[in-house]
Amino acid sequence: MRIHPRYTQRGAIAVLGGATLLTLLILAFIIFFILEKGLPGISLSFLTTNPTDMGRAGGIFPTLIGTIILPLLAIIIATPLGIFTSVYLSEYTKENKATRIIRFGTDCLAGIPSIIFGLFGYIFFVVTLGFGWSILSGGLTLAVMILPTIIRTSEEAIRAVPKSYREVSFSLGATSWQTVKKVILPNALPGIVTGIMLSIGRAIGETAAVIFTAGSSLRIPSSVFDSTRTMAVHFYILAREGISAENAYATAATLIIAVLIVNLSAYWLMHRFIAKRS
Amino acid sequence: MKLIGEKGVKRILMLTAFSAISALLLIALFILNEGLPFIFKYGVKDFLFSSDWNPHLGKYGIYPMIVASLWVTFGALVIGAPLGVAGAFFLTEYVPKSIMRIIKPTIELLAAIPSVVYGFIGVMVLAPLIRNNFGGPGLSLLAASIILGIMILPTVISISIDSIMAVPQSYREGSLALGATTWQTIHMVTVKASKSGIIASIILGMGRAIGETMAVIMVAGNSVNIPHSPLDSVRTLTANIALEMSYATGLHRQALFATGVVLFIGIIILNSIASVVLRKRAVKK
Repeated sequence: MRIHPRYTQRGAIAVLGGATLLTLLILAFIIFFILEKGLPGISLSFLTTNPTDMGRAGGIFPTLIGTIILPLLAIIIATPLGIFTSVYLSEYTKENKATRIIRFGTDCLAGIPSIIFGLFGYIFFVVTLGFGWSILSGGLTLAVMILPTIIRTSEEAIRAVPKSYREVSFSLGATSWQTVKKVILPNALPGIVTGIMLSIGRAIGETAAVIFTAGSSLRIPSSVFDSTRTMAVHFYILAREGISAENAYATAATLIIAVLIVNLSAYWLMHRFIAKRS
Repeated sequence: MKLIGEKGVKRILMLTAFSAISALLLIALFILNEGLPFIFKYGVKDFLFSSDWNPHLGKYGIYPMIVASLWVTFGALVIGAPLGVAGAFFLTEYVPKSIMRIIKPTIELLAAIPSVVYGFIGVMVLAPLIRNNFGGPGLSLLAASIILGIMILPTVISISIDSIMAVPQSYREGSLALGATTWQTIHMVTVKASKSGIIASIILGMGRAIGETMAVIMVAGNSVNIPHSPLDSVRTLTANIALEMSYATGLHRQALFATGVVLFIGIIILNSIASVVLRKRAVKK
C-alpha cells in the first residue's frame, strides 16, 4: 500500500523533529547539570590558588595554565601544516595517486583513538626523543591528533569557495599563490576558523593522550620541558579516585565555561568577519 | 613569497601535505615496534582468542576486550547515528536557515565538551538510572553505549549538515517543482546526493566511539568478561590500555602496546573499507 505523501511528510517532520529535539534536550541537560552543581564551587580564589591535599581542597590554578598552554602549542604547530595541506590538495594538484594517499592518511589519522596517540606520544616524544613527561611532548602529541580535523575542515571550506572567484582572479593575471592568498583563504576563513575552534575544544578536553605525555604534575611549569596537568586530567583524577565531588563539579564547570568562551568568541569573530565582507 | 616563487610555494605546500601521512606512518612504526614482537612471542591465537587476562600471572588474552569494544561501538552507533542523521536532515531541510544558524553552532559547541565530563554524567546520572530500573551494577555495556551514542551526536550531525548543505539547491528545486514533498525530496534526492558525507560522518562518529577511553573507563565498569547482557560490566580495549598503563612495566607494558596494535589495525581496516566505499560512490557519480 502506498501512503499518501502528505502523511509521510508529517511523519517525517515528527520523527526528524523529535530526534532533533531529543538531541538538544540531552545536550542542554548535560550543560545545566554540570553548571548547576559546579558553579557554586567556583570563586576567584578557586581559580587563583594552588590545590592542596591532592585537590581535596584549594583551587585549580596550575591546571588553568596547563589547559591554556597545551592546546595553544598544538594549534601553533598544527594550523599552518593543516591549512597548507588543504591548499595543496584543493588548489595545487588534481586527484591522483598522491592525493588519494594523503587523503587516506588524513582519514586514518582522524580515526585513530586518542589512547593510541597517548601510547605513541609516550613512546616517541617522552621516551625515544627524551622530552619526558612535558608540555612539549603533550603539545606535539595534541598537534598530531588535531591535524586531520584542521586539514579536513579547511579543505571543505576552501572547496566551498565558488569556482568563479578563482577564474576572476586568474583572468586578472594572478598566480595560484596570489589567488590562494587574496581570494581563497579570506573567503574560506570562517570555515577554517570553525575547524581550528573544534580542534581547540578537542585539545582542551583531551585526557587520554595528555595524561601519558604531559603527565599530571601540579607544579607551575617554568619551561616546555616541565610536566603539567590540564583541567581535564585534574577533573578525571578527582572524579575517578573519588577525591572530592565538590571540587570535581567545580572543575568540570570551569572546563565547560572555558570551552564555551573559546567557541563563542570564535563564532563572534566569524560573524563579524562575514558581516564586514558583505 | 616573491622570494620563493610559485614553484617554491608549490613544493613547500606539497611537503606539508605529507605531514599527516608521515605522522600516521610514524605512529604505526612505533606502536607496531613496541607491540608486535610481544604478540608473536606470546602467540597470536593465545593473545587474540584467550579470555585469560591476568598480568601478574603472565596471562595476556584480550578476547573479552575485543568483544566488549565491538559491542560498545555497535551500541553507540545504534543510538547515535539515526538520531544524528535525522537531526541533520531536520535542521537543513525543515528548519528556517536563521534558526539553523543558531542550532548548528550550539551542537558543535557540545562536541567540545570533554569526554571526561560525559563519563562523569554517566556515573552520576545514567548508571543509577540503569541500576534502579533494570538492575545490574549500572556501570555497564548499556551505559557506555548510551554515553558514547550521545558523544558521537555532534560529530554526526555537524558533518552531515555540511554535506547536506553542499547539495546544490537546484536539485531540491527540481524535485519540489515536480510536486514532491520535502520528505520525498530528502529520501529520493538529498540523501543520495549527500550520501558520502553522511557515511563519512558516521565513520568519524564510529572512530570516536571505538577510540573513546576516559568516558568508557568511567561508565563501563571495567571487569574483564565477555558480556552476556547489556547490563554486564565490560572492559574495552582502550580502557584496558589506559587503566594499566600507569603502572605496567616490562612484558605487561608490551602487552598493552600489543592491545594498541589490535586497536590500531582494526581502525585501519575500518577506514580502508570506508574509503573504498566512498571512492566507489564517487566513481558511480
